[in-house]
Amino acid sequence: MSDAIGIDSPATARTVAPRPKQASIFSHARHVIGDNPVTGFAFALFALIVLCAIFGPLIEPYNPLTSDVVAKLQPPSAHHWFGTDEYGRDILSRVIAATRLDLAIAVFSVALVFALGGLSGVAAGFFGGWTDLIIGRIADTIMAFPLFVLAMGIVAALGNTVTNIVIATAIINYPLYVRIARSEANVRRDAGFVQAARLCGNGEMRIVLTQILPNVMPIMVVQMSLTMGYAILNAAGLSFIGLGVKPPTPEWGIMVAEGSGNIISGEWWIALFPGAALMLAVFCFNLLGDGMRDIVDPQRRT
Amino acid sequence: MLRQIGKRLATAIPSLIGVIIVTFVLTRVLPGDAASYFAGPAATPEAIAEVRHKLGLDLSLPQQFVRYVADLVHGDLGNSLTTGQPVINDIAARLPASAELTLIGLLLAMAIAVPLGILAAVRQGSIIDHACRIVATAGVSLPVFFTGLLLIYVFYFLLGWAPSPLGRLDVFYTPPPQVTGFYLIDSLIARDFALFRACLAPLVLPAVTLAIFSLAPIARITRASMLAVLASDFVRTARASGLAPYRVIITYAFRNAMLPVVTTLGMVFSFLLGANVLVEKVFAWPGIGSYAVEALIASDYAPVQGFVLAMAILYVLLNLTIDLLYGLIDPRVRIEA
Repeated sequence: MSDAIGIDSPATARTVAPRPKQASIFSHARHVIGDNPVTGFAFALFALIVLCAIFGPLIEPYNPLTSDVVAKLQPPSAHHWFGTDEYGRDILSRVIAATRLDLAIAVFSVALVFALGGLSGVAAGFFGGWTDLIIGRIADTIMAFPLFVLAMGIVAALGNTVTNIVIATAIINYPLYVRIARSEANVRRDAGFVQAARLCGNGEMRIVLTQILPNVMPIMVVQMSLTMGYAILNAAGLSFIGLGVKPPTPEWGIMVAEGSGNIISGEWWIALFPGAALMLAVFCFNLLGDGMRDIVDPQRRT
Repeated sequence: MLRQIGKRLATAIPSLIGVIIVTFVLTRVLPGDAASYFAGPAATPEAIAEVRHKLGLDLSLPQQFVRYVADLVHGDLGNSLTTGQPVINDIAARLPASAELTLIGLLLAMAIAVPLGILAAVRQGSIIDHACRIVATAGVSLPVFFTGLLLIYVFYFLLGWAPSPLGRLDVFYTPPPQVTGFYLIDSLIARDFALFRACLAPLVLPAVTLAIFSLAPIARITRASMLAVLASDFVRTARASGLAPYRVIITYAFRNAMLPVVTTLGMVFSFLLGANVLVEKVFAWPGIGSYAVEALIASDYAPVQGFVLAMAILYVLLNLTIDLLYGLIDPRVRIEA
């Protein structure tokens, strides 16, 4: 399989680009995806999730908030593919509508921790000394807590809102980002290109922004897709125990919680479909993260 | 050896101080004014001021912190508004239920994940290896509360094998006389085997739920470290000397491969203690996790803070134990220290 791909791309790369390493990133990506169909599947699933998040209101067959007492607790049928809940709301519509909120929580929290953790980690690794000590202490203190429990405590203290779920999820991921950014920046601290930049008269801040950050970026991006799944899981877990999202807002975690009482009496579909959507989303991001890591950093393949 | 333990104990102190500072900060940024909350809705400004003084909220932050630490030293975590009991008593009474569930879940996960990881490494590229990969990825993708509900649906509603997911012991039984607080052990001490079975039955599903969740990291790390060890020189020498394959794998490779697994247990515990909260909610398990969730829903914050602090201290102590254990297993760590 690798031969088939190898025939066309490196040949063109050799003639067109003077630096084959640059050009082969795409062929390498294609190679990894071709070699591992699971990654291709993950990309397709990702596209589906993003489509649901963007065009949700156009695809939903019913209004996700309108209750219909006549049609309550109906099992999946041709009219309601995923059935209805105890207020007669269409579960398929609610599952689709929830995609946007769940994805938004994950994206914002990951972006927040990417900015905070990435920058402070790079600063810690590059400058060392007190900066390193203080940032390291903060990360260690967060790590001293069981992370989900800390998130519960933060949301309880800051107030029970979606914004605080985003903040709490970002905080519990902070040590991970700091650790990676720190070690990546640390090994490049006195690399040839950094010394060259210094000799050219660049200030330290400028070196961090123009030399170190772009080099740390690929690993961080992989980390983002790996933590997206965890962020979704964490946010859904928090709303499952009644934090953050308030009913009747459709959100996967809270929908599973709403259906949990019906499981014992046999109405499985209320909890199953949002739970399955949640599981698929997390599964997709985990696979995607593994696939991205294979593309960016082949040495860490397991 | 003793000196080394002392040294390690000293490194846990900064973590503990950090934990106490964070929980203090979390207490102070509580939503709303605690004084007017405790004084009641019909309180006059003077009454609120009096309550504020009584709670020490009119002091400066450093003074409040000293008071907070002093209360902690005396084991005072405040009172729960819903149960009317001191939080520390509630937590102490409910801790054994959580500990029993978590430990059984962890043991179950280890019993499945370690052999799976070893087999996957020994037979790299085989069906078992692929199964291990799928289990590892699926395990971390499954939300614990969802796994728990699925198990309830299949084994309680469809098959009727499991008892109803409503707590630790069926209402028809009385709990065994308390010795350790672990029902399984206590019922064995009382030599009441019927009761032992009755205590085991409701434990199975939540423990399996936790095990499925924590399987993944253990299986993954076992496989990776086993692969690394199998590629090392001493394994090659052992093989070249004509030792039986199982001997090479069990005596030589496995013992060395277990070291990284012990280290990851810290991370696994972080997952487990969090997942425990969700599992307890799903199975109405009367542990500290469901206690905290009930308090959260009732806007009763003292138990939540007590719970976060108790969990954090427990986790620091667990990590300490793991480190000490590591020193016992691996003599090299002792020599370096």
